[in-house]
Amino acid sequence: MRNDDKISKNIDWITVGFYCFFVLAGWLNIFAAVYNPEVSQNIFDFSINSGKQLLWIGTSVMIIILISAIDYKFYSSFSYLIYGIIIFVCLITIFLGTEVKGSKSWFEIGSLRVQPAEFAKFATALALATFLGRIGVRFERTQTKLVCFAILLLPALLILLQNETGTVLVFSAFILVLYREGLTPWVLILGIVAIALFVLTLIISQETIFIIIAAVSGIIVLYHLVSLRRRITRFSHVMTKVGITIGAAVLCIGVVYSVNFVLNNVLQPHQRKRIEVLINPELDLKGQAYQVTQSKIAIGSGELFGKGFLQGTQTKFDFVPDQSTDFIFCTIGEEYGWFGATFLILMYVLFLLRIIFLAERQKERFTRIYGYSVASIIFVHFAINIGMTIGIFPVIGIPLPFISYGGSSLWSFTILLFVFLKLDAHRRQILSH
Amino acid sequence: MLERKSIIQLIIIAIGLVFVVRLFFIQAVDNKYKDEAQQNVLRKVVEYPYRGLIHDRKGKLMVYNVPVFDVMVIMREVRMKDTATFCKDFGITEEEFKSTIAKVKTDKGYSSKKTVPFLKQISVEDFAKIEDNLYKYPGFYVQARTIRGYPQSSAGHLLGYIGEINKKRLEKQKDSYYEQGDYIGISGIEQSYEPYLRGRRGSKYIMRDVHGVEKGSYMNGAVDTVSIPGQNLTSTIDLALQQYGEKLMGKMIGSVVAIEPSTGEILAFISSPYYDPNLMTGRAFSKNYTELEKDTLKPLFNRPLMAMYPPGSIFKVAQALVGQQLGVLNANSTYPCNQSWGPKCHAHPSPNNLEGSIQWSCNPYYYMVFRNIIQQEQNPNKYIDSEMGYNQWRTLMLSFGFGSKMDVDLPNIKPGLIPSTNFYDKWYGNHRWKHSTIRSLDIGQGEILIVPIQMANMAAIIANRGYYITPHFIKEIDNRPITDPKLTNKHKTGVDEKYFQVVVNGMEKVVIGGTASWTKIKGTDICGKTGTVQNPHGNDHSVFMAFAPKNNPKIAICAFIENAGFGAMTAAPIVTLMIDKYLNDTTSRKPMEDYVLKKDFVSKYRKAPVPTPVAQ
Repeated sequence: MRNDDKISKNIDWITVGFYCFFVLAGWLNIFAAVYNPEVSQNIFDFSINSGKQLLWIGTSVMIIILISAIDYKFYSSFSYLIYGIIIFVCLITIFLGTEVKGSKSWFEIGSLRVQPAEFAKFATALALATFLGRIGVRFERTQTKLVCFAILLLPALLILLQNETGTVLVFSAFILVLYREGLTPWVLILGIVAIALFVLTLIISQETIFIIIAAVSGIIVLYHLVSLRRRITRFSHVMTKVGITIGAAVLCIGVVYSVNFVLNNVLQPHQRKRIEVLINPELDLKGQAYQVTQSKIAIGSGELFGKGFLQGTQTKFDFVPDQSTDFIFCTIGEEYGWFGATFLILMYVLFLLRIIFLAERQKERFTRIYGYSVASIIFVHFAINIGMTIGIFPVIGIPLPFISYGGSSLWSFTILLFVFLKLDAHRRQILSH
Repeated sequence: MLERKSIIQLIIIAIGLVFVVRLFFIQAVDNKYKDEAQQNVLRKVVEYPYRGLIHDRKGKLMVYNVPVFDVMVIMREVRMKDTATFCKDFGITEEEFKSTIAKVKTDKGYSSKKTVPFLKQISVEDFAKIEDNLYKYPGFYVQARTIRGYPQSSAGHLLGYIGEINKKRLEKQKDSYYEQGDYIGISGIEQSYEPYLRGRRGSKYIMRDVHGVEKGSYMNGAVDTVSIPGQNLTSTIDLALQQYGEKLMGKMIGSVVAIEPSTGEILAFISSPYYDPNLMTGRAFSKNYTELEKDTLKPLFNRPLMAMYPPGSIFKVAQALVGQQLGVLNANSTYPCNQSWGPKCHAHPSPNNLEGSIQWSCNPYYYMVFRNIIQQEQNPNKYIDSEMGYNQWRTLMLSFGFGSKMDVDLPNIKPGLIPSTNFYDKWYGNHRWKHSTIRSLDIGQGEILIVPIQMANMAAIIANRGYYITPHFIKEIDNRPITDPKLTNKHKTGVDEKYFQVVVNGMEKVVIGGTASWTKIKGTDICGKTGTVQNPHGNDHSVFMAFAPKNNPKIAICAFIENAGFGAMTAAPIVTLMIDKYLNDTTSRKPMEDYVLKKDFVSKYRKAPVPTPVAQ
């Protein structure tokens, strides 16, 4: 009982408030997405998604209570076991899973359908935090890096085998975590530059990009040479920088060249289509692009102030496929307009900053790494999900955390977040540990 | 150097900002998405207005509306499982299906999101068969509208027809009322009274879900509009007289125009050969139109307004009036029938005063009249004298409505021709022509050209003793008399009223005991004038102009029958039969009617087989 008192006093209620806001907003918008004006429906109706979501919310509350009750040391102590179990479940899902929409990632237990891949994120975060959090482990060592990558790669590979490409992409979130723990910034920079170049290549001609690259690197080289004349820096130092700049430029050009090669030879046809459609939605109005086009129409028609709760015509009349799950953001965009959508984005940004704030105040490395994992996973979901609904990212079927309809997704994010809040609540005890 | 924590925070904030900016462009800047959302959800159902009805002067229905159905399609909603069944259900062949789809897609302004016509003007009976199966085919909708129907199959030339507005017209319109697919009056009354007849289109917006299932009205109908029916018109036509005239003209080529002199109201307007206006409506419209256009007898040609002829001897009446006005002629002017002056003539009592000259249609008499008009010895130079006289003559002739387009309420009227002096100057050279050069004008031959409605109007002028009201076809719009001054104002001619009596008396004698005496009707005093127009291309044209009764005339009428010989032989019986019909509502001279009905002036002029328009 002493333990319970403590958790209610020490838990970060601000984060809990964000959580409640997202879950409630999700529930209302799921109702709006499935709402049919002709049948007088009740938001609590268990035959529709909003009623079912209420069930998921209820069970999530039970999960939260359970997490609070379990001793905080359990998570670090049993992290490898949890990791192992999840890896095992993911493995057997490949063989025994139920196929839904082309991906064999669902596991059926009676009438309940769960997606083990959703929980792999949590398990991986725990395992990574445990490994890196051990006293004496130094990230600078190659061996450490290799183990880290192995921890990440194993579940990612299994999920890839389940054909859940979207969820695999979420594992890139751990780059942010590793960066925080000492990974060279070049991985981050190269990643961002590569993505930027990739998208640019699809939008503008190669020649234009070459000119831009040449101009940018030219300016940098010129800057260095000028600094040389002023005798600010030493000659060899400057020459190294010029060399790096030219090397980077050549690398960029290589990336640009590789884009077409990757598009035509590496990606599967449906993946290529998703990318092409992102650049030119007119290409295929009925198929892949339909969803994005309809999504943009729904959001765009919300204008500044939105149409109001249950007033979204695109939403009500089912123009956007998957609107209560992956495309739930359309409902918000249409019914609450730019102000509503901006408010939600603001809430997300503040929420993520809050988690980073909480992670940074940990004295224990394990909790900090786990906290950063939570923030990064939620951030990548947020970025990819909203990015795809507004047409700046290819359609990758991953949910908007806490808001999209779905038990597995809500449970896994709830576990992810509240394990962290539980650890945070006990941070002073951990200090004495 | 920034902390790593801050860089991660910055990345999160940056992504948030990118989203907010991108959303601002989608939601606030670009209006495209709002329009597309409406296109997604809303289907506009046009409610076409009922076009105004047209009745004759006695209240008989001439034009009504026939309900038809257009099957519309939104291509992107079409989910076709089995084309063969579809074609069976819609009563079309698979070939027709393919060509229709192909045509729909090439139409201007086609979009897969738009509602475009698939099958047009399906009759109620055919539609009943389609209707039961329509629900099986998503993307196909029904559009109710109306086409025109004509209970009497009569008066096609004056009623005109309607059709889909063409691209040129659509682009040219000023008030941007019309939309593609709208019907518009293309000729006749349908064209000239289009703004009254058309009414106003209404529209209803219906919301639909992604499957095209209707989900009720948009904004509770706040933006819907109700269609307003067009205004009904009352025509000046006497349908009974019109149909009787059409019957008499069955095997003639030519025109009959009858006018109520006191009002200018057109009582009958026959252009022969004519066509059943029901051919110019419905799905067979374009096919029938092409067929009728191929006919060498030109049934589509509106002869009373457009066929320009020399008027022949009926023009002598105008000469008599102008001559008196110019002071070169009076009731007692007497000339012998002296053919040595040049003009030929037929056997008749001689010499004659003015009255007798009309009674017997004496050609040499009018040789003298016209000579005295043209050469009044106002100038010692014969050529200058002729020019002066001709100009005085022409001014008076123009005051009869000759030589210019009359302001009738029907489109495409021709002006005819009363040549100016320039015309002759160009022809013969300046001051190189005098009376003898142009003397064939004296008996209505030569260069002058008059359209039949102007001839009938001349009869009305004489009936009115000096004025006319522009002939017109519509007397009431929604039961209110027309007020257009162009159609109600009196036009006074340049000839004083006092000069008319002698001409009227002469015309009375034409029927009582002159050139057309065999057509007289007991108890009805008809004043008429025969004419036989020389035709270099074939038999002479037969003309008769008349009005009746002599005092307080009720009808002025002119018939112009091509290739039918003497005016007295064909045109006069037709005119007097119609007068009898109109004034007495009877045919007191049955043998004469039989005589006319037996005549055939058409068959030998037909150069191609009779076209076969398709009935509805």
